[in-house]
Amino acid sequence: MSRRVMFRFRLYVAGEAPNSTQAIANLGAICRAHLTGRYEIEVIDVFREPKRALAESIFMTPTLVVRTPPPVRRIVGTLSQTQTVLLALGLAEIAA
Amino acid sequence: MKPVPASVVHSTAKTPTGIAGFDEITGGGLPRGRTTLLVGGPGSGKTILALQFLVHGAQVCKEPGIFVAFEESSTRIVANAESFGWNLAALQKKRLHFVDAQPKSDLVQAGDFDVGGLLAVLEAQTRATGAKRIVIDALDVVLALLPDEAAKRREIYRLHEWLLARELTGLITAKAGGNETLAMIDQPFGFMQFMVDCAVMLNHSVVLGVSQRSLRVQKYRGSGFDENESAFLIGNNGFEVAVAHTLSRVDVKVSDERVSSGVERLDTMLGGGYYRGASILITGFSGTAKTTLSGAFAEAACQRGERTMFVCFDTNSTEVIRNLRSVGIRLDRYVKNGCLRMISARAITGSAETYLVRIKALAKEHGARCVVIDPVSAWSKSGNDLSTQSVADRLIDWSKGAGTTLVCTSLLDEMSGQGEGGSQLQISALVDTWIHLNYLIQAGERNRGLSIVKSRGTTHSNQVRELILSDAGVTLADTYTAGGEVLMGTLRWQKERAERVATEATEAAAKLKHIRLDAEEAELEVRVKSLQTELVAKQAEKALLVRSTRSQEGELSRDRDQMKELRGADATIEAGKAALP
Repeated sequence: MSRRVMFRFRLYVAGEAPNSTQAIANLGAICRAHLTGRYEIEVIDVFREPKRALAESIFMTPTLVVRTPPPVRRIVGTLSQTQTVLLALGLAEIAA
Repeated sequence: MKPVPASVVHSTAKTPTGIAGFDEITGGGLPRGRTTLLVGGPGSGKTILALQFLVHGAQVCKEPGIFVAFEESSTRIVANAESFGWNLAALQKKRLHFVDAQPKSDLVQAGDFDVGGLLAVLEAQTRATGAKRIVIDALDVVLALLPDEAAKRREIYRLHEWLLARELTGLITAKAGGNETLAMIDQPFGFMQFMVDCAVMLNHSVVLGVSQRSLRVQKYRGSGFDENESAFLIGNNGFEVAVAHTLSRVDVKVSDERVSSGVERLDTMLGGGYYRGASILITGFSGTAKTTLSGAFAEAACQRGERTMFVCFDTNSTEVIRNLRSVGIRLDRYVKNGCLRMISARAITGSAETYLVRIKALAKEHGARCVVIDPVSAWSKSGNDLSTQSVADRLIDWSKGAGTTLVCTSLLDEMSGQGEGGSQLQISALVDTWIHLNYLIQAGERNRGLSIVKSRGTTHSNQVRELILSDAGVTLADTYTAGGEVLMGTLRWQKERAERVATEATEAAAKLKHIRLDAEEAELEVRVKSLQTELVAKQAEKALLVRSTRSQEGELSRDRDQMKELRGADATIEAGKAALP
């Protein structure tokens, strides 16, 4: 995978819920460690913008939507299992 | 998400589900503003019940509802429910809202999560639509994704708290593997049963190859409910729960009106016929003319212009019509003019419950005042006998409630002997009139005997009569009792003929004697007349004699006087002496 590929994330969180806060922190850590300079994170609070959550069928929080590179993927949870997250992002070489 | 104290919600308020029977069991429906758990195995009808609850709210109660679909997509649910005629497409525009929440198959799970997203979406949807009812279908699908027991409980609590806070009448469905309550508690959401205010279990089992569905309310806080398992089925209009009116049996209006049984002499035996709205049971072995008797009733009903329904289980309706024609019962014309509806229902598939519901629906559709079920014993074939008996109870309950005159036939088992034993359905205790048909084998003949075992509220004959079928129709004949034995058929005929001959002979003898006496009388009269004539003749003769004697004497005395005159005066004395003899 090219090192220039841009990762666009959309992270749906439920207000100040502990697992949502954790997810924000974990995602930040992964990005800083492995995707330096090539990521964008948009954090959406489902309580503030429920219509967007409905539009994207987000019922479990936190949910990370990987918009690019395609295909669109969803990762549910605190993102604490870094290996799983990296595999899901297609960054197998880093995970290994 | 602030929980509302439970006391705020009025405990007895109920939200009707519109499901026939279910609202009766629960005394009005689901607890308003509370959460109900609906548990059942695969294919037990959870989704349909839940959807019907929302449809009723939207259509009848004008309460908007939200359906959260975790398992099936809303389009599939709508398509599947199309057959129930709920017109979901129109409802979806107004008061029925679906939320598709099926977890995507490519979903990756990395760490703990919660249902905050769902609550946020529901919060927004509830506000936007003003929803009062909410269904969360297949919550177990989401729970399965949660890593541990504690997380599952936490999320269930979260959801429950939210529902209570919004005062939504919630219905959460979840799958259950086993049928037993104990198995339920072991399951991850088993404790939900303790949490919710109302728990309903659906059961789907197969007994002797026949599908039997049942429903049981396991708990209902703050309300009484029918704790028994009730059979239900998914019919053309959705759920239908069978409710036996055990304690709260409604007294129905009774009628003094009599309706003809179709056999004149049977009406006489019953003191005027069946009561309108009564239940009549005709029992007998196969071939004892049960169908014929019930056919006669149907014909009489149609002649009065009453809409009638004839349900045949053993034979096809066309065969019944043909067979009854041979005994002068013509039903075809009433079928043609729409007065009579014949229904063939082969007793091969379906539970007794299914039949009852179908019959009820068809009778309602036809507007039937008289219903014939031939034979009702066919029900005990399909499915277990236990449920069949309660079905029979409800059948009679229903017909009484609707004021329908019901004639059921029941086939007795050949092996059960000649005793007038109750049918397998135990229906005989419930019916108003019980007519028993029997064979009497005597002198190489098999004849049909009819007797009335019971007939509530009517005087009825205690005699066994002979049932005679001919192409002119059905009639009853008095049986002859000779030496304590009942005579039927040829023996009866012989007895009748012998009596007739004897009467004729007596009559002839009497006639002969009469004639003889007439002749004697005539003879005497003639004799009297001739004697009278003779008498007259004699009298005349006598009179003549007297007259002639007198005239002679006169002549003589005149002669003597003349002579005296001629002889002189002295000769008078001598002459007087001489004249004496």
